[in-house]
Amino acid sequence: MSGGGVLLDPQQLKLLKEYRLERPLTSCHWDVRSRYVFCGAEDYVIHRVAVADGVVTKLVGHDSWVRAFGSSPDGEVLYSGGYDGRLMFWPVVGDVLMPMRVIEGHRGWIRGLAVSGDGRRVATCGNDRLVKEWDGATGQLLQEYSGHGAHVYNVQYSLDGARLYSCDLKGVVHEWRAGVSQPRVVATVSELHGYDTTFRADIGGARSIALHSDGRQLGLGGITRVSNAFAGVGEIVVAVLDVMDGKLRQVLGSKDRTVGTTWGLSWHRGGYWIGLTGGGGGGWLYFWRGDAADEFFRLKLPSDGRGVGVSTAGSGIAVAHADGQLRLYGVG
Amino acid sequence: MMRRRPCGSTECGIGRRIFLGGSILGVSGLGHLLTSRSAIASQVKAGGRRVLNIFLHGGVSQLETWDPKPGTDTGGPFRAIETTVPGLRISELLPYTARQMHRLSIVRSLDTRNGDHARGVTEMTTGRSRMPGVEHPHLGAVAARSLMADDFPLPGHILIRSSPGGRNVESEFHSAAWLGPRYASMALYDANPPKFEDRPGEITEDADARRDGVRQRANERFRLRRRTAETEAYDFSFSQARELLANRHVFEVSRESAADQERYGSSQFGRHCLLARRLLEHGVPYVQVNHADYDTHHENFDFHIEQLGEFDQPFAQLVADLAERGLLSDTLICVMSEFGRTPKINRTYGRDHWGTAWSVLLGGAAIQPGAVIGRTNANGTEVTDRVVDHGHIFHTILRGVGVDSLGEFEVGGRTFPIADPARQAIAELLS
Repeated sequence: MSGGGVLLDPQQLKLLKEYRLERPLTSCHWDVRSRYVFCGAEDYVIHRVAVADGVVTKLVGHDSWVRAFGSSPDGEVLYSGGYDGRLMFWPVVGDVLMPMRVIEGHRGWIRGLAVSGDGRRVATCGNDRLVKEWDGATGQLLQEYSGHGAHVYNVQYSLDGARLYSCDLKGVVHEWRAGVSQPRVVATVSELHGYDTTFRADIGGARSIALHSDGRQLGLGGITRVSNAFAGVGEIVVAVLDVMDGKLRQVLGSKDRTVGTTWGLSWHRGGYWIGLTGGGGGGWLYFWRGDAADEFFRLKLPSDGRGVGVSTAGSGIAVAHADGQLRLYGVG
Repeated sequence: MMRRRPCGSTECGIGRRIFLGGSILGVSGLGHLLTSRSAIASQVKAGGRRVLNIFLHGGVSQLETWDPKPGTDTGGPFRAIETTVPGLRISELLPYTARQMHRLSIVRSLDTRNGDHARGVTEMTTGRSRMPGVEHPHLGAVAARSLMADDFPLPGHILIRSSPGGRNVESEFHSAAWLGPRYASMALYDANPPKFEDRPGEITEDADARRDGVRQRANERFRLRRRTAETEAYDFSFSQARELLANRHVFEVSRESAADQERYGSSQFGRHCLLARRLLEHGVPYVQVNHADYDTHHENFDFHIEQLGEFDQPFAQLVADLAERGLLSDTLICVMSEFGRTPKINRTYGRDHWGTAWSVLLGGAAIQPGAVIGRTNANGTEVTDRVVDHGHIFHTILRGVGVDSLGEFEVGGRTFPIADPARQAIAELLS
């Protein structure tokens, strides 16, 4: 669980620990060294939960909910993006954690955050339709990218950090390169967007994002086949996009067409996608190898999942739940 | 969710035939009967008061609009922002409206004890608690009857909305009930004018006049034997059809300047607001603009960003324009819903139906500007001061435009209370 390097066999997965926090959770993120899990909740606080004993330390500084996190590769710095538009840098270790940097990063919500592999750059995106890159050490704005026509829901660096991928509400995926202001339009993933003509509203976007270890396959999680946007009646989905040629490799779903949204997504070094879902069909952890549309295994969760993190070693899965519980899964 | 109610009433049938314009044939040559634009303007100038009702269908969240509770367990992710009234804060989703709050007021203490869409629409727009088998006139009908001059050439009760959607709960028709079909609503869809149909070319003007003469003589003979509100409304429909055709320009929002069209934006709601301004300027006593949909059981926050993002700027522009054009002192503005939304955030980030503690926006005419009436507790789960309901709002709107809401209508020799006698206006909100 704490970085021992045990690869997960999903079918052996067990609930190991659960910690109750004060409010319903919205997101979670493992510390690089697997000492802590950081949680966002329906409050303005980041909750640092010690994996060993569940001690909670509050990081106070945001002025709205926080749902986007990242870590420096050395594990010393936590980056958070809030619905207040702020990007904040935090120390990971210490008894009292005060922000190292507070940056008014976006007008409106920051929805997604990614850190380049070398840790030198941090990318954010949000409701101002912008993607921005920041210096991971100084917080200086390095580049601002505009080109999306809708709220930008998520960002992800390529393995070498030379390219940055972003996906918006309409399922439009852009590729950005440093020094190039215009994006390369990778694809428009129609599976990730719908317009409900009854309620006259758009629904969709990449609610979760992850890159395959081959560096070519970009997983985009969300909701699809929406028949009633305002009741959340649609199916969980992960669209796996080849970022080189822009073609959809696979559209992952569930055998029983589970109603809900894929709120979390990760590529596990064991060779499978892990998807976290919540919604009308309840909370589930889904496991797909990517060679078929349906899952090869799924685990029922006690409550709707809202955020997932996989430990650096791949041995632990943290799930942020709507019932206010942080649950840690592993092989025990 | 309730499905849209079909309306099979007599009034509905007549109303639609009259006002949708589909059967208005062969009267375009009767220009001598028409009222000119200057005549309309003079009527407005003569002191007619008007009501603009913006109905946010589905149940807008009071926490994301007029009564934010940031930092509480129910508050959600949005912050509250300052407005042009010191100390009055509303949701950050309404930055343009915030700049107009010195012209508007909020009632934060509605407890309507209802979570049903259809019932909520009925009760908020009739001011009465719904009872099986009892129908009361819509606010628009009451306003039209009370505020419209007998010779007013246009319909007095106009609904502006989108084309019907499959599961949408919006009303298409507002009943005038016992006031009679003359005061029922005329609907305009998608900011388009009514479907006017000119006289077919093969029918000459003389033939058309002779045809209308036959109709009038037959109508007169019928009227001598049997005179009812329906027959009067039917006769009225012909004269009003002529007026509509003559005044078709009133409904053409495309006649507004390019600058105005740009300021109101390209959204459908923006065009609807501009059309509403145009109708109010021409003296229409009741204009309702529907905006849908706010029934956000799932992803309440994302959808309120989307819907209020469409609402905010055009609405604020409309308030500002009415003020700048000198119309706000005679035009009462209301922004209402059928209910609010639960303080508790559900497991899919939604809010559900909630009639226990929610808000309505009022302004203009005799409404005190910049006021806040009533109060909810710290996290918005209950009203703690000055509980009111749909009846109080209904009385207040009417009193705000100078109607004695405690009075009675006389219809067909019978009297009917204008509003629920068990309620009264929120006196402290009236100047």
